[in-house]
Amino acid sequence: MIKQIARYPWGRIIATVVLAACGVIFMLPFLWMLSSSFKIEADVFKYPIEWIPKRWNALNNYKEVWFGSHPFYIYYWNSIKVSIGTMLLSVLVSSMAAYGFSKIRFRAGRWLFLVVLATFMVPQQAILVPQFILYRSIGLFDSHIGLIFLGSFSVLGTFMLRQFFMGVHHEYIESAKIDGAGHFRIFWQIAAPLVKPAIATYAILRFIWTWNDYLNPFIFLRSDPLFTIQLAMQKFTSLNGEFYSLIMAAAVSAIVPLLIIFVIGQKSVIEGIAIGGVKG
Amino acid sequence: MSANIRVKGGSMRSLQRREDAAGWLFVAPMLIGTTVLTLIPIVATFLLSFADWKFIAGIDALRWVGLENFRELVDDPKFQRSLINNFVFLLSVPIYMMISLALAVLINNLAYLKSLFKVVFFMPYISSVVAVAVVWQVLFHPSLGPVNHVLRLIGIADPPQWIADPDYALPSLMMISIWISIGFNMIVYIAGLQSIPREMYEAAEIDGASGWVKFTRITWPLLTPTTFFLLITGIIYSFKVFDLVAVLTKGGPIQSTTMLVWYIYEKAFVNLEIGYASAIALVLFLCLFFITLLQWFTQNRWVNY
Repeated sequence: MIKQIARYPWGRIIATVVLAACGVIFMLPFLWMLSSSFKIEADVFKYPIEWIPKRWNALNNYKEVWFGSHPFYIYYWNSIKVSIGTMLLSVLVSSMAAYGFSKIRFRAGRWLFLVVLATFMVPQQAILVPQFILYRSIGLFDSHIGLIFLGSFSVLGTFMLRQFFMGVHHEYIESAKIDGAGHFRIFWQIAAPLVKPAIATYAILRFIWTWNDYLNPFIFLRSDPLFTIQLAMQKFTSLNGEFYSLIMAAAVSAIVPLLIIFVIGQKSVIEGIAIGGVKG
Repeated sequence: MSANIRVKGGSMRSLQRREDAAGWLFVAPMLIGTTVLTLIPIVATFLLSFADWKFIAGIDALRWVGLENFRELVDDPKFQRSLINNFVFLLSVPIYMMISLALAVLINNLAYLKSLFKVVFFMPYISSVVAVAVVWQVLFHPSLGPVNHVLRLIGIADPPQWIADPDYALPSLMMISIWISIGFNMIVYIAGLQSIPREMYEAAEIDGASGWVKFTRITWPLLTPTTFFLLITGIIYSFKVFDLVAVLTKGGPIQSTTMLVWYIYEKAFVNLEIGYASAIALVLFLCLFFITLLQWFTQNRWVNY
């Protein structure tokens, strides 16, 4: 017994030290990005690396990124619009379907659920071409609303939320029905509030996935003023090829706001990923 | 009596009809969305893979060619290259799973700072792939980049050109992909570890089991469902890789990083060969379809308790 108590803290200390070392190595690319974004161009590739810049140029670098010839604030606004739009629509569509498939006993429900389940197996990458042709012919190509639709009919979200709606007791719903409430009222006033944490988790995940999505904007947007932050990042890089301090300032700008959202919503994001084992 | 029953049956039926209507209404948006955006397109992919068609030439130019596209695919060196690269890329999956498991075990044994380490290792996964790829591109810069600077410092006079070098480009992408994927795998492994009952370890300790024995006899077997899940997710994810290729290499240098999704993109949106691109897309779909089926049918055999 004594031996165990004595041994255990050592194991923990070693684990902490090993992890801290791994963590620092893991973070080096981020640290390098951050410190380079503050430097003047001539110091970016100066060795030994100045982790804390001696000559600061942060203000100019970030001003160029945010208000220069390709101002990031426009693309930020685009990303915010698309991400919030997708998040809201997707949460609505998925939670309604999840409620329908778990709490309404309708005859077609079972096989309709199978149909939706089957579409889960189709990778979007395999249907890009028909989607593109469809979007061109119905006028959704090169529009934010088109992008929002692409991300809003998530089978994954429906599954995830269905699990939680199934946990809502049928008695609640039956007694509300006896009191004369229809399914829409039951959904809004009873069922949805009961699974609120799950809905919030899914909403954050959907926001992050949409914000980071590259494929859809890349294929379905063409005009520069509509670009999301991911496309802007790529464009900025190709335009400023040799100005690495500027490129790093753009990279920091593209990453940091989302990191802040993640750190704030950390618990629900990590739990959501762990519970659903989900991946965008 | 009989009248009473009839009334009751009638109201039951109308109740069921109302329930049906509500059900359809609730799932309608989802159904319409998946039908228009997924079901019809996958049928279209299937049909178009038997056609020869340039999109801009209009629908009249569409010609049915039967299996011609697939016959061409078999002899297409770039398609073979893409398929091989996809399979090489798969090797990154077991590598990041092993690293993630090691990190998960370490973090799970910590008393303090657990959530800090979770956030640290999760950061690359949450960051935009485009931004992260651009940062790595600069880090990997052949002459000026910090990676090669360090390599020269430790005595490697002629370090590789990384993403500019046909031999190193694919491994470079795999390294970045490993760095990105560790966070997700680690979080799922930690969740798996936490579901293992503590009593099992306590019982093993009473029997005098060492740390290694506990790992091989308790942790690893009880984690097989998690491992299996991560393996399948990882395989599917690596078949869909596109962002890294599009941002960093565009399939080059000399086709060393071309992969299925990139090749679909190139054929469809650069060469505008819709039929041929659809044939590749169908191959991708079938690959993932069989992996998913494999998962469904072997799932139960993998669960060890």
